[in-house]
Amino acid sequence: MNNGYKNRLKDSIFKYIGVFACFIGLILLAILIGNILYDGFNRIDWSFLTSLPSRKAEKAGILTAWSGSLWIIIFTFIIAVPIGISAGVYLEEYNRKNQLTRILEINISNLAGVPSIIYGLLGLEIFVRYSNLGSSVLAGSFTLALLILPIIIVATREALKAVPASIRVASYGLGATKWQTTLYQVLPAASGGILTGVILAISRALGETAPLIVVGALAYVPFTPTGPMDEFTVLPIQIFNWVSRPQHEFSINAAAAIIILLLITFTMNGIAVYFRNKWQKKINW
Amino acid sequence: MAKFSFLNFNIMILSIILFGCSSNSNNSTNSASLSGDIKIDGSSTVYPVTEAVAEEFRAVEPNVRVTVGVSGTGGGFKKFSRGETNISNASRPIKDKEAQKWEENNISFLGLSVAYDGLAVIINPENDWVDYFTVEELSAIWHPDAQNNIKYWSQIREGWPKEEIHLFGPGTASGTYDYFAEVICGKKVGTRGDYTASEDDHVLVQGVSTDKYGLGFFGLAYYEENKEKLKLVGVDNGNGNGSVLPSIETVSNGTYAPLSRPIFIYANNSAQERKEVREFISFYLKNAGKLVEDVGYIPLAEEEYKIEIKKFNDFVNNSN
Repeated sequence: MNNGYKNRLKDSIFKYIGVFACFIGLILLAILIGNILYDGFNRIDWSFLTSLPSRKAEKAGILTAWSGSLWIIIFTFIIAVPIGISAGVYLEEYNRKNQLTRILEINISNLAGVPSIIYGLLGLEIFVRYSNLGSSVLAGSFTLALLILPIIIVATREALKAVPASIRVASYGLGATKWQTTLYQVLPAASGGILTGVILAISRALGETAPLIVVGALAYVPFTPTGPMDEFTVLPIQIFNWVSRPQHEFSINAAAAIIILLLITFTMNGIAVYFRNKWQKKINW
Repeated sequence: MAKFSFLNFNIMILSIILFGCSSNSNNSTNSASLSGDIKIDGSSTVYPVTEAVAEEFRAVEPNVRVTVGVSGTGGGFKKFSRGETNISNASRPIKDKEAQKWEENNISFLGLSVAYDGLAVIINPENDWVDYFTVEELSAIWHPDAQNNIKYWSQIREGWPKEEIHLFGPGTASGTYDYFAEVICGKKVGTRGDYTASEDDHVLVQGVSTDKYGLGFFGLAYYEENKEKLKLVGVDNGNGNGSVLPSIETVSNGTYAPLSRPIFIYANNSAQERKEVREFISFYLKNAGKLVEDVGYIPLAEEEYKIEIKKFNDFVNNSN
């Protein structure tokens, strides 16, 4: 066996390991989604989407759960995205490197790894009790916004880093200020990467249960929120609640609710991907 | 300013959806007389019962907004002591330490039992040697000292096969585990750690139903839903009743001891001061008997509910 043959063999072995590694995730996902669809798809109908929770599985619905999830996600988005992007822009474009900013950067990276229940406890003290927001949509949204801020900041910074320095220099050369350069040149160029980070962050917030339970999200709410100060429940809590019931019919309900949760996630991602592509096309250097 | 138009667009669409829904869920007004908010929180074990009652109460008094949370018994009591909730669900009686806090905050309270929860000891249907367990045998199997010592069925009773025992049970964070550990192994002892633990009882059902040498315990309702896959084992507590299988009858008349426990709701001052809270609790006690069976628990005997109702009425009247 000569060396060349050996190397080619190694090469192709590694290729197959790589293919296997890629597919293992995809196959697991396919099995999961297939299983959920098989269990829950037939359960989904109009009344499932518009009914209140009930002790009878066939009468129970997820109206309060999905509307609570939407309220939470919208407010989380409104709170976290502007702050996160601003922070990212400051750190990347304006910030001078010194001791203070280094500490700031390390801390932000660390925050991304803090378990979500810790944010729940923080939210309970700061928003629910100290700020007197109670167990409201707003308190839940602020808590989740804290949770996803580090993700958005880090993603924004990475996206800004990827914008070539020549763009900024050219913009300055034409007499633009730093603000104009950032707003009209750098941010649009980085929008794809930033939006990807936002998608990931919002999807994570949509699936969180633990911090919201700590903040005081409820399991049974017979009304949909009508304002940011109302109490709420969210889909993951409803799903968790149903999965832990002994009756088999409730696990079918849970599967159906999971499908709806996935649909909401995909729709939000779809909207973001649409805008990403639209903005990307406008950039012609 | 593409970003702002994106935000606006998003908010606009979603708020249309949201307000559209919230308006049509609120049009259920009729001749009901009461209104107000009733906040309930606490044990997730009691949750299904309270949810069922809240659901039925809504049909009678649609303007009373009842919300139920699942912070756990301890978490619920904490909120209760701050006056954040009106009723607390509890799968165990209140501890002295917790009660002290309430008294400091001038919260008068009353615990009411609303149902029984039975624990089922179960084995695989192919297991043909176990006919019943005594409490001592269960204790020998589950005691912390049994870890690394008791490994085979033959060590429990003469004549049982020399095969490994595979244990399944709820995780240590659950109230079911606490209760089992306390009545079988003793207070503050815990159990052995080398068993398959899961917070999801369906996993335990799956485990025992596929393992001939498996042994597990969990809420009776899970056995009822999976009867064909499991075998229920009676427990002999040495009181002369012999081996007793858990059933509606044996749990509610107390012969299936010690593996059955009452579950509670706690009421406070707000039941004395506010009519809707008072009505809700009365409704709870009057209807729990029918509703608990729907959700897999065991009702108290009728006279016991009457005693609870009387307790509650006294509690309300004493304040006036």
